[in-house]
Amino acid sequence: MSAGHSGSATLPERIPVTLTVNGEVRQLDVLPWTVLLDLLRDHLALTGTKKGCDHGQCGACTVIVDGKRINSCMAFAVMKDGSNVTTIEGLAKDGALHPLQQAFIDHDAFQCGYCTPGQICSGVALIEEGRAKTRDEIREFMSGNICRCGAYTNIVDAIEQVIGANGEAGR
Amino acid sequence: MQPANAYIGTPQNRVDGRAKVTGEAKYAAEFDAPDLAYGIVVSSAIAKGRIKSIDTSAALAVPGVLQVFTHENRSRTAWFDRNFRDETAPPGSPFRPLYDEGIVYGGQPVALVVAEEFELAAHAASLVRIEYETDAHMTDLDLRRSEAYVPPKKRSNVKPPPSPRGDAEGALAQAPVKVHAEYRVAIEHHNPMETHASTVIYEQDGTLTIHDKTQGAQNSQSYVSSVFGLSSSQVRVASPYIGGAFGSGPRPQYQLFLAVMAALELKRSVRVVLTRDQMFTFGYRPLTIQTISLGANPDGKLVSLMHDAIQTTSTFEDYQEVVVNWSNLLYHCDNVKLTYQLAQVDTYTPIDMRAPGAALGVTAIETAMDELAYAAGIDPVELRLRNYAETDEADKKTFTSKELRACYQLGAERFGWAKRNPEPRSMRDGRELVGWGMATGVWEAIMQKTAARAVLTRDGNLEITSATTDIGTGTYTILTQIAAETLGLPMEAVTTKIGDSSLPKSPVQGGSWTAASAGSAVQNACLSVREQLFKYARQMEESPLANASIEQVMFVDGRICLMNEPNVGVIFAEAMQAAGVERVEAEEKASPGMLTSMRHSGYSHSAVFVDVKVDEELGRVRVTRVVNAVAAGTILNPKTARSQILGGVVFGIGMALEEESMLDHNLGRFMNHNLAEYHVPVNADVYDIDVIFVSEHEQLLNPLGIKGLGEIGVVGTAAAIGNAVFHATGKRVREYPITVDKLLG
Repeated sequence: MSAGHSGSATLPERIPVTLTVNGEVRQLDVLPWTVLLDLLRDHLALTGTKKGCDHGQCGACTVIVDGKRINSCMAFAVMKDGSNVTTIEGLAKDGALHPLQQAFIDHDAFQCGYCTPGQICSGVALIEEGRAKTRDEIREFMSGNICRCGAYTNIVDAIEQVIGANGEAGR
Repeated sequence: MQPANAYIGTPQNRVDGRAKVTGEAKYAAEFDAPDLAYGIVVSSAIAKGRIKSIDTSAALAVPGVLQVFTHENRSRTAWFDRNFRDETAPPGSPFRPLYDEGIVYGGQPVALVVAEEFELAAHAASLVRIEYETDAHMTDLDLRRSEAYVPPKKRSNVKPPPSPRGDAEGALAQAPVKVHAEYRVAIEHHNPMETHASTVIYEQDGTLTIHDKTQGAQNSQSYVSSVFGLSSSQVRVASPYIGGAFGSGPRPQYQLFLAVMAALELKRSVRVVLTRDQMFTFGYRPLTIQTISLGANPDGKLVSLMHDAIQTTSTFEDYQEVVVNWSNLLYHCDNVKLTYQLAQVDTYTPIDMRAPGAALGVTAIETAMDELAYAAGIDPVELRLRNYAETDEADKKTFTSKELRACYQLGAERFGWAKRNPEPRSMRDGRELVGWGMATGVWEAIMQKTAARAVLTRDGNLEITSATTDIGTGTYTILTQIAAETLGLPMEAVTTKIGDSSLPKSPVQGGSWTAASAGSAVQNACLSVREQLFKYARQMEESPLANASIEQVMFVDGRICLMNEPNVGVIFAEAMQAAGVERVEAEEKASPGMLTSMRHSGYSHSAVFVDVKVDEELGRVRVTRVVNAVAAGTILNPKTARSQILGGVVFGIGMALEEESMLDHNLGRFMNHNLAEYHVPVNADVYDIDVIFVSEHEQLLNPLGIKGLGEIGVVGTAAAIGNAVFHATGKRVREYPITVDKLLG
């Protein structure tokens, strides 16, 4: 059940990558098969982004890259050279939580907390996308993020609250 | 008027909430160390046999690879089984990673590749070449059924079935109404979102600080100490946050063994993280074949109750859980026969999974009771009321409290059960059939001996410590609430530290016992601090409390004051200053009451009502509404408690409709070992869930009246869904999960 790299013991050359992570420019030399998730967790010590499956099946590793939510386990770091990455660590500004982070606390939208950074990054991007208008749509568009503790209804409540508040503000 | 600091029973946000929504909360694989090395596990490709040869040369040649550990070069470990047995181990010989060339189950760890970087270790692991000699394996319970046996040695804390009472067979033969059927629930894997991981930090003095994904820091610590022959002072396990576990974490898993071995051999820090695939290479909820026979009079009253279960275990341990006892615990019957047997297959030993035993046994009996309701032509709720067990008949004890009747009543009212047309296929919503079903849930209210420490400092801050854990249950928050209320402090003044083996003794977290056990220990420690504080306050010169007894005062907002004259009092800090102490501290234990458990049985109960929509053409089932009415004694924090039940219900939806670990009996291993093919409920699968906490006055189990909530939410849910599917479609599916093929077939 190990990864399927075949071949010899000689390693390919490391490739330079430049990313803007949470507003900070970071330059690293990485193996070609280093994925963005491992780069964040192991190379930049940004462990807020979680590894749940490494196969793009659970959403725990969701981060926002150039405004879009992606599974960071499914992106080789070299493919994202030059990108702007926002992780859970970059959502709070000057100690003030992002409204969705606060809404997650208010609605108890998590238990163990492991899927939470991915849920929140996914939710923040979903709200930006502006396409979720109903609870059914929120549920559908949040279904790439598994929560084994089963906090789904509270997650929908939290996202709905922030969408509602944005709507109020926009009026 | 509610006094300030009255937190018990009030909804409170999680005290660890901010850490979790900002990514600051650190899980086992997220602790760093200088020179940290990364280990990747190589898993066996066969289910049974032995390793003929293992060639690690290519892996070792990869630059940055430090070592490849196999059975050929592993370090010496303890010799006896008892050294490998953890506090939750069933009888038998615990699995020993890399012990010898033998393969006893598919996916067994056979090598650990350790390298400077994760990517290098993963690459090198792919270069390990293994030749096997294969023996015939058997993973099919049906083919081992005839060799089932009663486990000769009982697993501690697991009650075997009670002796038969009356003449169940004879009564069944005479009974005018009968139900006889076989029920199955598929194998499930826990699949917490965080995969199992251990970061072993090799300290400069050679001691180990281990961040392990575990439901018991001290259980992991004593396992490591006894297996590797280390003194307990050389090993500390610290697991402040656990990314879900659901029973996958009480037993130390093989990544812990491998990480520790590598760290000791290499004398450097090592992290081993299992892949999602490898989460299917240790314990699981066992496949269980259940047979139920019910005999009843025309009025629905049971005259015979038989419930038999045959469950898988491994070839090396006799796993056990309570599967069949629940039937008689829920329903009165004079003629009862319950049996429980094991059959061995070539997999890893099953391990406890959320509501172990009950989630299986109650699913079966509650499906059978629905069948009886139809056979007798009686409403399912009414049938349960007619057979309501007023006492624990098997143990001949009375219940400490049991508000199950109120669960049925309040749940049915909220759901609108009275409007149900009992006729199957009688309700429709557009192209979908509509079904309403219900079931009962039950779980034991357990307490385990647990210790906690409270330290109040003169600045008004209180620190609470215990080795217990928070796997997402809300332990941090409820302990903080109990401590703050007991000592009369704002919650913000209380810091709770748990999940560390160096803290006061606690068993693993599990069985829904943590709130009652650790909660009572924290309460006791705070009560001791109260007494000392009060003593200091009375001893002050011209103390306004000099003539008061502790019953006449209250502790509020950092003051001790007279109940009938709240303006008269002493600030904690003043009392401490007068006594010349900087801190007041106490460590106390809480244990289950022996007298109570001799005379009484304690259980939580629930009534689950479910609305399903079934698209007959597609075979798709949607659980559009759930009402779960729960009676579980004192609800410490309605907010986190509700979340516990929501999570249990979602787990139940998974069991009813989605979750199934499929064994390939030819290969002897699980086929769908990933989250794309092992389906768990996602957001779009979950609609409205309404949780009702039924008021239940509990005063015998522990002073706070806590019963626990971790399991009760899952018990009953799957059966209620299955019963609703029958009501919708007229099709009785007795093998969970109820997947499309079973409805279309």
